Amino acid sequence: MATSTRPVRGGKGPDREGGGAGGGDPDSTRLHRDYLRQMLLIRRFEEKAGEAYSLGKIGGFCHLYIGQEAVAVGAIAALREDDYITSAYREHGQALARGISSRAVMAELFGKRTGCSGGKGGSMHLFDANLGFLGGHGIVGSHIPLAAGAAFAIKYRGGDQVSLCFFGEAAANIGAFHETLNMASLWELPVIFLCENNGYGMGTAIARASAVRDLAVRGTAYDMPSEAVDGQDVLVVREAVGRAVARARQESQPTLLEVRTYRYVGHSMSDAAHGTYRSKDEVEEFRRRDPITVLADRMREAGALDDGGWEQLEADVKAEVEDAYTFAEESPDPEPSDLYTDVYAPPSPGAPRS
Amino acid sequence: MMLTYRDALNSALREEMQRDDRVFLMGEEVGEYDGAYKVSRGLLKEFGPRRVVDTPIAELGFAGIGVGAAVVGLRPVIEMMTWNFALLAIDEIVNSAAKIRYMSGGQLGCPIVFRGPSGAALQLGAQHSQAFESWYAHVPGLKVITPGTPADAKGLLKSAIRDDDPVVFMEGEMLYNAKGEVPEGEHLVPIGRAEVKRPGTDVTLICHGKMVGVALKAADELANQNLSAEVLDLRTIRPLDTEAILDSVGKTNRCVVAEEGWPFAGVGAQVVDLIQRDGFDSLDAPVLRVTNADVPMPYNKVLERAAKPDAAKVVEAAKRVLYV
Repeated sequence: MATSTRPVRGGKGPDREGGGAGGGDPDSTRLHRDYLRQMLLIRRFEEKAGEAYSLGKIGGFCHLYIGQEAVAVGAIAALREDDYITSAYREHGQALARGISSRAVMAELFGKRTGCSGGKGGSMHLFDANLGFLGGHGIVGSHIPLAAGAAFAIKYRGGDQVSLCFFGEAAANIGAFHETLNMASLWELPVIFLCENNGYGMGTAIARASAVRDLAVRGTAYDMPSEAVDGQDVLVVREAVGRAVARARQESQPTLLEVRTYRYVGHSMSDAAHGTYRSKDEVEEFRRRDPITVLADRMREAGALDDGGWEQLEADVKAEVEDAYTFAEESPDPEPSDLYTDVYAPPSPGAPRS
Repeated sequence: MMLTYRDALNSALREEMQRDDRVFLMGEEVGEYDGAYKVSRGLLKEFGPRRVVDTPIAELGFAGIGVGAAVVGLRPVIEMMTWNFALLAIDEIVNSAAKIRYMSGGQLGCPIVFRGPSGAALQLGAQHSQAFESWYAHVPGLKVITPGTPADAKGLLKSAIRDDDPVVFMEGEMLYNAKGEVPEGEHLVPIGRAEVKRPGTDVTLICHGKMVGVALKAADELANQNLSAEVLDLRTIRPLDTEAILDSVGKTNRCVVAEEGWPFAGVGAQVVDLIQRDGFDSLDAPVLRVTNADVPMPYNKVLERAAKPDAAKVVEAAKRVLYV
């Protein structure tokens, strides 16, 4: 991990392979396989992370993305390589979908020097400046204005990038959300506010926290186009985000998307999947419309996937996750001297005298 | 040339905006109103609404928008109408701006200046009369600057805008009309360097921001009593110029620290910590502090005067450490 400041990519880059904004047939088998692989990778990666957490290899807070995979994969498929992404603390899946290697993400969870934040960020603070992945933020809603700030900079420079902001539905009740939506609309910023509504802010169901259940309507208060989206279908997510991206890129207009999804696991590792605030039946009910199964079934029907193909995919993904785990485990901790670097731009004032 | 503190700040903004297109000013009333305190006078006319951006009253939101813009390469100057209102934005200053470089393992930076008036003015009451420099100076990742003269206001603001780290720039609300000599041409004052504003031999008066003028007045009064006070202006609170403090106290052996903030865990407490640890052998008396009274600021004029640090209180403290 470099410890010097690298400028964030500012120019127009090529479409990412598999990106929805440009090349190729958006419904090609190759693209669908790519989405399926990404979702399965996130699923297996998160399962492994959960395992590593219970073994004490991952510390602190760890929030898994299991059940929400189609949101990250579909949304990021609609972006260009030079667009910006800002997210909250349940962001492992988005980091992987953006193309941060599973090695670098797992190593960061392990706090290792080879992690995507050099071991200084951890699960909640994944970054990759070269991929325009601006974190990884742990204070609910705080990163929403940051994403709008990136969009402000795009417009200021006269570029045609867009800024995509992931946040949970609970963040839609915090002041930063409202202040930012107002300014983004007022100033016509090229930003997509993607609210991942998984139904719960920690253990508080949306019905107990929000006077408005259909969060998409909140866009109306700020004269902002908005849409409710099925978050369990990766293609639906990609299309909806694609429309918002086009509006941002071509018209410099923001969009609010409420993407409805569900997390199968607890809020964090200390929270059971079900028990106090939701029932096992409810979790089972949502599991029946699993985002990976939805796409896999569609591909099977189209003759684009068979048992052999599925097994091969599972084996590939398993190998990648095992490799990431081994890499993370074998990677070195940061050096003691890393403690005082990156507090300020170099030359650092260094350690305090004492 | 003689300039007011306000115009010195204005010229710093103008020069830096002329120099670097990445620099823009954002805040409440900075544009069409010409600035609540007129620091941004004329800038909208010169640079247009792209670079002088009026905001709604939404400190948290526009502070965070500034941080996001800084992270991807712009150099925002975010005006807080006063630092009292910045409490609404402190999450973005402390949790986002100060930490993003560290959390990202050095991949990203946040070259941003948050600036505006700080400290008590006259009878503005409890919510508009506060000095929060110790709050921000507590936070690794931030730099905290408190200019006390027009020359320092200009030179330090220019340095702050060019700095690659987030800077909390606290102007003295009562200083905007103060006049002083400001060097012609390019004038930069380095961040992190204190300055002896008046040399002396008997006692060191350590101060910053508005208290610089107060300490100089106290030094005049002490001179009338044949006591020679050295006035050391910290100028930057973080990083603190520890060498300058120890040098001065090593010379005078006695010290008073004056600040506008409250006493508990204030800037003076940090200075005293440094002196007792690294300058212990040079001390001939305990270091005393002059601060605001440990109360919310009262509105009543008599009570307000009693609460604020002033030259008489600094003189009294100096005489106590001189045992006279």
